[in-house]
Amino acid sequence: MAIKSLDELKKIREASLKKVSLRETGEAVGEIPEILVGMATCGIAAGARETFAALLEAIEAEGLEVRLIQVGCLGLCHSEPTVQVNVPGSEPVLYGKVDAAMAKEIVKKHLKDGEMLQDNVLINTFAKA
Amino acid sequence: MSKVRSHILVCGGTGCVASQSEDIIKNLEKEIAKIGYQDEVKVVKTGCFGFCGQGPIVKIQPDNVIYVMVKPEDAEEIVSEHIVKGRKLDRLLYDEPLLQQKIEMHHDMPFYKKQYRIALRNCGMINPEDINEYIAFEGYQALGMALTEMTPQEAIQIVKDSGLRGRGGGGFPTGLKWELAAKSVSDKKYVVCNADEGDPGAFMDRSILEGDPHSVIEAMAICGYCMGADEGLVYIRAEYPLAIHRLEVALAQARETGLLGENIFGTDFSFDITLKLGAGAFVCGEETALIHSMEGMRGEPTKKPPYPAVEGFNKKPTNVNNVETYANIAPIFLKGAEWFSSIGTENSKGTKVFALAGKVNNVGLVEVPMGTTLREIIFDIGGGIRDGKAFKAVQTGGPSGGVITVADLDTPIDYDSLKAIGSMMGSGGMIVMDEDNCMVNIAKFYLDFTKDESCGKCTPCRVGTKRMLEMLERITDGEGQSGDIEKLQQLGAAIKDTALCGLGQTAPNPVLSTIHFFREEYEEHINDKYCRTGECKALTKYEIITDKCVGCTACARVCPVNAISGKVKEAHVIDQAACISCGACYEKCRFEAIRRP
Repeated sequence: MAIKSLDELKKIREASLKKVSLRETGEAVGEIPEILVGMATCGIAAGARETFAALLEAIEAEGLEVRLIQVGCLGLCHSEPTVQVNVPGSEPVLYGKVDAAMAKEIVKKHLKDGEMLQDNVLINTFAKA
Repeated sequence: MSKVRSHILVCGGTGCVASQSEDIIKNLEKEIAKIGYQDEVKVVKTGCFGFCGQGPIVKIQPDNVIYVMVKPEDAEEIVSEHIVKGRKLDRLLYDEPLLQQKIEMHHDMPFYKKQYRIALRNCGMINPEDINEYIAFEGYQALGMALTEMTPQEAIQIVKDSGLRGRGGGGFPTGLKWELAAKSVSDKKYVVCNADEGDPGAFMDRSILEGDPHSVIEAMAICGYCMGADEGLVYIRAEYPLAIHRLEVALAQARETGLLGENIFGTDFSFDITLKLGAGAFVCGEETALIHSMEGMRGEPTKKPPYPAVEGFNKKPTNVNNVETYANIAPIFLKGAEWFSSIGTENSKGTKVFALAGKVNNVGLVEVPMGTTLREIIFDIGGGIRDGKAFKAVQTGGPSGGVITVADLDTPIDYDSLKAIGSMMGSGGMIVMDEDNCMVNIAKFYLDFTKDESCGKCTPCRVGTKRMLEMLERITDGEGQSGDIEKLQQLGAAIKDTALCGLGQTAPNPVLSTIHFFREEYEEHINDKYCRTGECKALTKYEIITDKCVGCTACARVCPVNAISGKVKEAHVIDQAACISCGACYEKCRFEAIRRP
């Protein structure tokens, strides 16, 4: 497609941005909230991949800027899948037994509205893992 | 899962491709497909990360984890451990030599911490063969803005205000160059990109073209608009096949999207670019020689004036800029001249890319703000000297520059300060030398290069460099005569004063500068027939210090030519006639009983 104006360029840019947004955040680490999903054998067996997919979809649906990262085992295998939310400036929060539905809640409530999901918090008083 | 959640960026620069990064990509894709993750994990081939000494580089995003010295067979483990289980592979993480610890994250590496990337902004970040990725990182927006919102004069003013100077070596103000070309009246004008990178050790232009070709294309189009040219030419050496390929792909994509061709952005401005392949002669980096080569003639310089801005390619006004200069243009338009001129020193704005090579731990491409000190570049970014040896000197400006010693390590570097300490910016090659490098030998190496590359047009350069080289060869062969140093200085000064172009005018610099800083080494070579580093084999004599030798026989056993004799528990001796100066005995001796030349 031929680009004939700045607006058309902008449209292509917006469409392409999604493709590279994973990368752009790389340099500005520390400013952007992170969600870490425990995806070791225990996590995956407990359904962490579905949780991860749900988080990814929810983040996109809400249009948030969040780095979603899979990590290894956090040692809380009894409560897998585990999801840790790191919001810059506040202490990390760890959620346990996060299924797809709860994953959506986390994105909506915790990240968007800044409210913790008190019932599912495993740990909320540790230094950044 | 249908959305991509992770990108594996694999360096596709020449250095990493040479160490099989393409096989790494193939294997990664195969492993990812094997476990059915192909829709959620994407492998992207990017340009150079700059960390070439540790290549091939694989970076995983959004985790921002960097793996170094990856081999194709590591793909399986990267996928099964990092991608599936989210565990980092310790053994592939970068082992920081100074801190002695493994570093995971890209931004924690001292190598990247002090860098500020403008020209290299997209290198290692985007897939250079996908125009959409360039557009995603604000590509072609500067061109669109210039064409639709600015007059050529306004656009030139921005470049002038930014303070950008030519990155190829000369340091001529870019905006002024554009203005001169714009003022020339003619029915036809040309924009030329000088990609004839010839300095030994410098490879920033190649890396930019390989990693972010569109940044150069966009800037050339902006330049065309500013000066009223509709045709661009990239003069690139044929030895850069990958850069040529990526440029061709980029040009085709730009034409397809209408960013090159007729009526760009719906305006009256039309512009297209063709490639001209050069045979890689050093002198063709000089703009008049480059133009002659493009015209199909011998690559020989002519005297200026007339400047190319008045009479260049095909006798028409032509603007010639270096690759790195062009790579700085788009960010200047996007972020403003003020932003650019806020970086750097008073008379040198912005950043400079240096190709860090030689005896330094982190060999690679680094981009730092002007005014950064050599110490920061060599010791903080470069990770210090290899094997814990002592720093001796650094050569900047390639064969046209000079050496800088430890005394000037803390000089903030820019065009003027480097000149003041007897070297020059050049295109940004930076070769670090340690205590084992002989300065006479280094001077000989560079002069040998310039002698070969002299085009032969003017006598001072053609004959003068040859005579200087002959003298240096005599000195390193142990046949130096007293008065040689003065002769070298005299001849060097004469060549500098009388040569026609920059090649000859700067060719004596490495010799003059090493004489200035390391005169005692020249004197040792000439008077004592001695080379303290052992690099000049003709002058090398290993000796056993009788008092220290305990007669362990270790040296005699390791000597490949049986030149060492002596009884057990008695001092040994080296037969100088048989000795081949390999240094094996020196390495072996545990009692420091062998004196190294």
